[in-house]
Amino acid sequence: MPEIKSRTTILDKNGIRRALTRIAHEILEKNKGLADVVLVGIQSGGVHLARELSVCIESIENEQVPTGSVDITLYRDDFKTHAPYRSVGKSDIPFSLEGKRVVLVDDVLYTGRTIRAAMDALIDYGRPARVQLAVLVDRGHRELPIRADFVGRNVPTSRMESVEVNFDEQDKAVEVILEKQGDKKDEVQA
Amino acid sequence: MKLFWKNREIKKMKFRHKHILALRDLSKEDMELLLETAESMREINSRDIKKVPTLRGRTIINLFYESSTRTRTSFEIAGKRLSADTINISPSTSSATKGETLADTALNLQAMKPDIVVMRHAVSGSHYFLSNKLNCSIINAGDGAHEHPSQGLLDMLTIKDRFGRLDGLKVAIVGDITHSRVARSNIQGLTRMGSHVYLAGPPTMMPPGVEKLGNVTVCSSMTEAISDADVVMMLRIQQERQGKTLMPTTREYCRYFGLNPENLKLARPDAMVMHPGPINRGVELSSCVADGDQSHVLKQVENGVAVRMAMLYHVCSEECAE
Repeated sequence: MPEIKSRTTILDKNGIRRALTRIAHEILEKNKGLADVVLVGIQSGGVHLARELSVCIESIENEQVPTGSVDITLYRDDFKTHAPYRSVGKSDIPFSLEGKRVVLVDDVLYTGRTIRAAMDALIDYGRPARVQLAVLVDRGHRELPIRADFVGRNVPTSRMESVEVNFDEQDKAVEVILEKQGDKKDEVQA
Repeated sequence: MKLFWKNREIKKMKFRHKHILALRDLSKEDMELLLETAESMREINSRDIKKVPTLRGRTIINLFYESSTRTRTSFEIAGKRLSADTINISPSTSSATKGETLADTALNLQAMKPDIVVMRHAVSGSHYFLSNKLNCSIINAGDGAHEHPSQGLLDMLTIKDRFGRLDGLKVAIVGDITHSRVARSNIQGLTRMGSHVYLAGPPTMMPPGVEKLGNVTVCSSMTEAISDADVVMMLRIQQERQGKTLMPTTREYCRYFGLNPENLKLARPDAMVMHPGPINRGVELSSCVADGDQSHVLKQVENGVAVRMAMLYHVCSEECAE
């Protein structure tokens, strides 16, 4: 584990709340209401955020939005290198996705590989009319042609940095942290 | 406020076994990981599209030297739902009928580069022999009177579904313990998970020294074993493995060691009845009980697919880590 050089708070509790409220409004605006809209969070951070988003949306529209979760472990393209270190989580989509406008929710958008895997998983549940992507943080460095429709905060990062979303005991997001780690070159110099 | 680092909390559990030959070889943590994965796999089996791409491009050979409906179908379905290519070989269609030895058959199969060989064989320990000869992973689908690890795991999953736990439960296993690989795997698994196992069966079918396997009590009668039991697991009378001398008649066996609605009342009112199948109706299990509310026989079969998916997944992921 490289030494952590600095920690910066990108979003605090209030920042996250404002970002989620704005995303909730944007989802409603883009889809002209809630007709056929469902939220699907990606395990594990995205699941908590999807639940928070659904609460936001309900308080705006006075209407519940169906919310599910998807685990992408079995759909990863790096099974050969990462599978042994991940336990398989649970997917729970208790409604049909056929013809729905699905909003995928994740905490951090990075290479886009998680989203690719999640889309493969979604399509195994039915044929959605549309799939949109909502993320709390977009940190760049995409490796696939994937773009978020709703972004809480764009954060330019280097690959040596890491972005963490922290949750409290009630699984509510409380802060987004950018950690700068000493890269190998630095270590050699030190 | 205490903060949780959710992203780092993803469990870094690792399955460290290339083969699954017996539950005796697995730790409590290994079994917990397999059961947890199986619970997640179950969701796939309830979808419209029952397939995930995880083991795409891998080849699994089901090599069954003994007849099987449930286990072979279940392993085949498990492999297919994980997108692996599964091939079934049974003795009647293989070169075993021409006198080829097990080692030769296995080495020839290996030349076709399978990733996993799932084998059932009548000789106890044949899987250990093969695991030293082959490079690929081997999963035991039943070897003689030794172990049947996938059955043990699916039984544990079914019990865990019902009670939410395995520790502190009284599990009665009744029947031909000597010839039962199901009993051995369940004893190894359940005692390690904290259950107390009570065994009952005719003295001719009770292996000496079985109580040394762990938290196991050998009972002198079926009544003693099933009284207040949380789980009553009935074993099939394996007439193909027994000599003629182990019991006088099936009617007498049924009278002393068969489960019927009357003696089931001795167990706890919410006790679950299990049987690894195939059932000899009217011998070890009366039809009333087999089809009754307390029977979990079909639930066991259902869980079998999920458990075997978990086994294939973890054996493959271990191989990747090397």
